[in-house]
Amino acid sequence: MAVDTLNEPVFNRETVFQNVRRRAWVTIGVPLAILAYLTYTWFAFGVPNLLAKAEPERAAILATDSVAYKVHVTKLLRRDIMEVAIEGERRATYDAEDLPEWVEVDGTDAVVDLGKGYEITITGKVMEFAVPDYGTIKVTATNSGVDTELPPGPVPEWIKDDPKKFDARPTLDRRVQVTRTKIEVHNYFGGWENFWFPFHSELYGMSFSQLWAIALSNERIDPTQSNMSLIMHDFLENPDWQHGEVFIALFETIMMAVLGTITAALFGLPLAFLAARNFTPSKILRFGTRRLFDFLRGIDMLIWSLIFIRAFGLGPLTGALAIAFTDTGSLGKLFSEALENIDNKQVEGVRATGASQIQRYRFGVIPQILPVFVSQVLYYLESNTRSATVIGALGAGGIGLMLVETMKTSRDWENTSYIIILTIVVVILMDQTSGWLRRKLIEGR
Amino acid sequence: MAVAALEQEILTLRKRRQLYSLIGLLLVVAVLVSGYSKSNDMNSGGFLQGLSKFFDYPGEIVVEAWEAGPAFFGLIIQYIPAMLETLNIAGVATLLGGAMAVVLAMASTRNVDSWGPLIPVVRRMMDIMRAFPELIIALFLIFVLGSSPVPAMIAVAFHTAGALGKLFSEVNENIDRKPIEGLSACGASWLQRIRFAVMPQVAPNYLSYFLLRLEINVRASAILGFVGAGGIGQELRRTIGWGKGAGDETAAIFVLLFLTIMLIDQVSSYLRGKLVGAGRAH
Repeated sequence: MAVDTLNEPVFNRETVFQNVRRRAWVTIGVPLAILAYLTYTWFAFGVPNLLAKAEPERAAILATDSVAYKVHVTKLLRRDIMEVAIEGERRATYDAEDLPEWVEVDGTDAVVDLGKGYEITITGKVMEFAVPDYGTIKVTATNSGVDTELPPGPVPEWIKDDPKKFDARPTLDRRVQVTRTKIEVHNYFGGWENFWFPFHSELYGMSFSQLWAIALSNERIDPTQSNMSLIMHDFLENPDWQHGEVFIALFETIMMAVLGTITAALFGLPLAFLAARNFTPSKILRFGTRRLFDFLRGIDMLIWSLIFIRAFGLGPLTGALAIAFTDTGSLGKLFSEALENIDNKQVEGVRATGASQIQRYRFGVIPQILPVFVSQVLYYLESNTRSATVIGALGAGGIGLMLVETMKTSRDWENTSYIIILTIVVVILMDQTSGWLRRKLIEGR
Repeated sequence: MAVAALEQEILTLRKRRQLYSLIGLLLVVAVLVSGYSKSNDMNSGGFLQGLSKFFDYPGEIVVEAWEAGPAFFGLIIQYIPAMLETLNIAGVATLLGGAMAVVLAMASTRNVDSWGPLIPVVRRMMDIMRAFPELIIALFLIFVLGSSPVPAMIAVAFHTAGALGKLFSEVNENIDRKPIEGLSACGASWLQRIRFAVMPQVAPNYLSYFLLRLEINVRASAILGFVGAGGIGQELRRTIGWGKGAGDETAAIFVLLFLTIMLIDQVSSYLRGKLVGAGRAH
């Protein structure tokens, strides 16, 4: 053998050069092909057009809005009243005696101190805005629109002066708008407002230690229920944040993932035996089961969920079934591959003791594929938590749908970021739990 | 005596194991039963009523597709450009995400001499990137950039970078260090070691995972289209929104999507089998 190779070298000069040349072509050709593909998609996706149309200021507004809240000082000119409210919402209106210190209301006139020298004076239908390094803007609401008097010089970019509406936002956190019916001042503050309790709740603005003391004290704030349940109720029923509903939606999403994955595993395992060469001699049966797996997988979660939404309506059941159907295919295929790769010696050993077919499967086969089974099921559980949010957005419900809805109304971006953060926390938790379980069950620690 | 004690111990151990299995089994059954009954209550339509209607919708679109006759194939062809867009989203996202994953993987494995302090930082970064559901980034970017394939592409690429980065760094952990040491003995720089000692060892596995990801990403891009990111998903949303009468078009999209996914599945599993040897492809 050794002599043979000595006499006839396997690699001659020519093959080596050929190989090197082919390598060189690949090294140049593959990057070029990728570059060409990317260039093609650059235009196919219309990126130049997109860049021209993109609205980066929307991202900036969104980013500020998701970490800040604004307090509206509004003068309704028709009814001649002055209101101070968080996010301009009726249920979060300050009482006239209990206004924030930066607003001074005198009858229906007001002085709003926006800090750093920015000051707004509202007198009757006239709004005067003192801007440092610029001057004073005077806007009067008339019956047909607004009259604006700007300081001399070029009009800065942050002023949108229109005969119908005046809008000035000298900095991201200060804004004033005037139309013929109202004057509205926005003052921005960092943080999430009313996060724990609604504005008009007795518990509003309390610290944790105060709450703890109240929860443990005997004197009931609300005579009909204990303080503990009052705290829970006020927190969960918070109308701005809807904690209760968000938690239910999260629960629905997790339920979809867990139910779907377990169901898929339970159906996938027995079917996998039918698809494995060494367990099912019948070619037709094997072929049929494999095509069933391909079919279930190929239809894809998107189509399955659309079909199930039609049949079962919106809700976690729909999502769970869509996940179960798709993953019966994927898990079945994986399990059948694992079954085909098992070691036959153990099965023969069990058979030698006179075991029945069921016993052979139970003690000869299952222990061999159990690690694959558990680890794949946990991997799928993890990725299905993510899929469940997407299916939810298609209409199956849960946190995905809630996210799409809050985004569509785009009323308040801090709600959206709250949901996003919770979703990511849940996904990370699922990820960690399944990793922990996998280590525990397979490596025994 | 010693043997009897041992036997006793084995017996107790076995009993305890059986107890654990029983508890585990009961837990799974309890979760399934309570979960399904709970979700049945939460669903807007019940399971039993739905079951009878289960074949109504598929039946409806099949009938409409059948009535369309040979024109049905025309419809399928008509939607090929949209399908191509979805494939492009997946393709570009996998390419860009994969490229980024290689960088992340090389920066986060001790075995390939990554810079020590960077390793935990990059690992956490990949964890977070993996945890972001594509939907969230896509919706956010659609809001900023408007409805187009690019938001979906970026969203999928972002997730891909995290997911592939983790798999790649696991591959890196299992390579043979001898070539790296050999190269560093001749004074090769870190980049040269990566290029000539690490890459040749990991390339087949990387490519295999890359193909697997492409398969997953095609599905993901189709779904993201449904929330407004373009491609076949958007067309599907349109035809489904029309309700009755557009069943033939919906069926055409279903068929096209099914065929494409099957084709990509088969090709990728064949290629993966060739790359890493049959049996190890998964």
